Amino acid sequence: MKMDNHILESKSVNVYYDDMHALKNISMKLEANSVTALIGPSGCGKSTFLRVFNRMNDYIEAFRMDGEVLMEGKNIYHKKMQVDELRKSIGMVFQKPNPFPKSIFENVAYGLKIQGIKDKEFIQNRVEKSLQQAALWDEVKSDLNKSALALSGGQQQRLCIARALAVEPRVLLMDEPTSALDPISTAKVEELINELKQNYTIVIVTHNMQQASRLSDYTAFFYMGDLIEFGKTEEIFRNPKVERTQNYITGRFG
Amino acid sequence: MSNKNTEKIIEWLLRLSALVTVLTTIGIIWVLLSESVSFFQEVSIIEFLTDTQWTPLYKDKHFGIMPLVSGTLLTTFIAVSVALPLGLVIAIYLSEYAPKKFRKTVKPLLEILAAVPTVVYGFFALMVVTPFLQTIIPNLSGFNALSAGIVMGIMIIPFVTSFSEDALQAVPKSLKHGAFALGSTRLQTSFRVMVPAASSGIVVSVILAFSRAIGETMIVAIAAGQQPRLTANPLVPIETITTYIVQVSLGDVPHGSLEYKTIFAAGMTLFVFTFILNNISFWIRKKFREKYD
Amino acid sequence: MTNSRKNRLKDKGFEYLGVACSLFGLVVLAIFIGDILADGLSRIDWDFLKSLPSRKPEKAGIFTAWTGSLWILVFTTIIAFPLAVSAGIYLEEYGGNGRWSSLLEVNISNLAGVPSIIYGLLGLEIFVRIFKMGNSVLAGAFALALLILPIIIVATREAIRTVPPSIRAASYALGATKWQTIWNQVLPASMGGIFTGVILAISRAVGETAPLIIVGALAYVPFAPSSPMDEFTVMPIQIFNWVSRPQHGFTVNAAAAIIILLLITFVMNGIAVYLRNKWQKKINW
Repeated sequence: MKMDNHILESKSVNVYYDDMHALKNISMKLEANSVTALIGPSGCGKSTFLRVFNRMNDYIEAFRMDGEVLMEGKNIYHKKMQVDELRKSIGMVFQKPNPFPKSIFENVAYGLKIQGIKDKEFIQNRVEKSLQQAALWDEVKSDLNKSALALSGGQQQRLCIARALAVEPRVLLMDEPTSALDPISTAKVEELINELKQNYTIVIVTHNMQQASRLSDYTAFFYMGDLIEFGKTEEIFRNPKVERTQNYITGRFG
Repeated sequence: MSNKNTEKIIEWLLRLSALVTVLTTIGIIWVLLSESVSFFQEVSIIEFLTDTQWTPLYKDKHFGIMPLVSGTLLTTFIAVSVALPLGLVIAIYLSEYAPKKFRKTVKPLLEILAAVPTVVYGFFALMVVTPFLQTIIPNLSGFNALSAGIVMGIMIIPFVTSFSEDALQAVPKSLKHGAFALGSTRLQTSFRVMVPAASSGIVVSVILAFSRAIGETMIVAIAAGQQPRLTANPLVPIETITTYIVQVSLGDVPHGSLEYKTIFAAGMTLFVFTFILNNISFWIRKKFREKYD
Repeated sequence: MTNSRKNRLKDKGFEYLGVACSLFGLVVLAIFIGDILADGLSRIDWDFLKSLPSRKPEKAGIFTAWTGSLWILVFTTIIAFPLAVSAGIYLEEYGGNGRWSSLLEVNISNLAGVPSIIYGLLGLEIFVRIFKMGNSVLAGAFALALLILPIIIVATREAIRTVPPSIRAASYALGATKWQTIWNQVLPASMGGIFTGVILAISRAVGETAPLIIVGALAYVPFAPSSPMDEFTVMPIQIFNWVSRPQHGFTVNAAAAIIILLLITFVMNGIAVYLRNKWQKKINW
């Protein structure tokens, strides 16, 4: 039993896009097997902060960062860190579902394929397990060869979740995963997140505060690049320490 | 991990493939330049540029490039005179007048004109166009610049149409609507508003048409003749730079001889012409894109 | 007549002119093809396809020409396809926006505008002489490959560009490397566009005459190639040769060969257009 149960940590992280100071001195510790919600008005930096953890900001030319980001104690921005290895333990689900133009099976199996796994039985079992975890198995099991693009929006997003789960990451980063979905699909995905948190650490960006308070154990409130407040969700929502947090949550702005 | 190294190797392989294009350009310039330099060690540049006769394969050798240049330019001018008005009218019609269905069917059909192999066009020029023209112009000789030029022009129409039409389509609709709102007809709007606004694109299409015609080989080789002649008369046989190169290649000119080098000197001249034209058009296209982006 | 009435008449007049011009080129082409068919269609039979060239027009056939064309096509494709697609991938995925990549772009644009006969001169000096390939299929294939390289590169780039960044992001987020992403996601999704470009490039190569004449394809070749180092001839050169002969019999032969060449060209272009339409329908991200 680890004394320190923090799987992810950021220490004084500053992010710049050229001259723009997008994230200011963010220090945060995230507990394993919990759901942390990042909330705040548009443009406050929450998606940028999310992407810091799996280094997806690296593809943006103007991106610069200082500070440390640790996963299980190791600095993930260290020169020797292999980014593709990192992403096998930190998965991501995007705002707009982005399944590959391939079959359902190939989508979920892709993460395994690129790791060089060739054992057909192993892959099939893993694909089935991931689709079950994503609560999609029953709906697609009759034809896994069907094109992923033929699924509905909500199904596609659950497929993307299954795809991310197939490589058994420790952490799942979700960038507004339900904002492009209808209410029924949203409910299904939220149910999913509730179940997943028993085995995964989840960080979810959301602009929907009800969703944040429903799903998360911890909440971080961002405003214009600053981390205004971070703590247990109950406390943030019932008894925020900072006035600005209070204002945002009660809808005075944002 | 081997991954990083494989990635690097793959990137280098891809980079080398891209570099082949650079090597090609270097190769072209080197080949033309080295043989031309060798040529000009025996023939003075002054003679090359000013002599009015081109007879390297005869006993009395003259090395003036002007007859070949004049042949090339004559056929080119005729071709562009056919392609430009036709191409432009078609472009305006398709862009401003034609119903969608017409445009959708005709545009790809016009592309067919560009897909026909030029040797086929050469056959047409010699076997169909020349005899036909001879009924109207009795003293038209069997090989002449006119037939070749006209057929080249027809082949080039899609080039002119394609670029001009794109240029017209890129003009902001607000200009067109402004003119209509003032009561202009389509014709007036097209010529007074659209064409001037699209002028850089249209100019590009003309330049490219020129360049295409200057570099054309088979149509002129088959139908325009093999008699280098400094003339503006479209009714007599002439020879273009390209035809000359073909003529020598079909013969038995020994490698390394002066006659052999003439094809590179001629090729160099051709390359310089098209290179300049292509660069001007690329430059104009770049500025044109900036204007409307 | 009022001014506006005059204007409307002119407008209508131009409309008719526009239709006439649009159809002019096609009508002329139709006349040409009609003439060709009239001249040459009757000449086409199995003997024509199987016979070797001959001094007697009735005996001459296009066997060596079309087999030569086939050999040239195959080798040109083998050389050009991997080179051009690789170059296209490099420029689109690794190139970036720097000076070096703009230079490469300008260069390719230039190469596309170089007259094909110049590629013949390049081939003559580099492949025939310096690389000692002689007047062989291989030398011709290399010259043509360089000629069509820009076409395939541009088609590859455009096809790759249609793949949305979200697909790449999803692949990277799963831990794929750049090449894995390109090989597994980007390329398969671009294949339709790439193939279309390749087929168009090849159909252009089929009709090319000048570069091959310079490289030394002969007009009178009494055998089909049996190795890439053999001498050869191709359909357009055979046509050119026959057109240059005065006897009427050869004119008929030329017309017949043209029909076959046009058939090949149009079929290839048709396939390319069909593929392009099919591929564009498939892409509904």
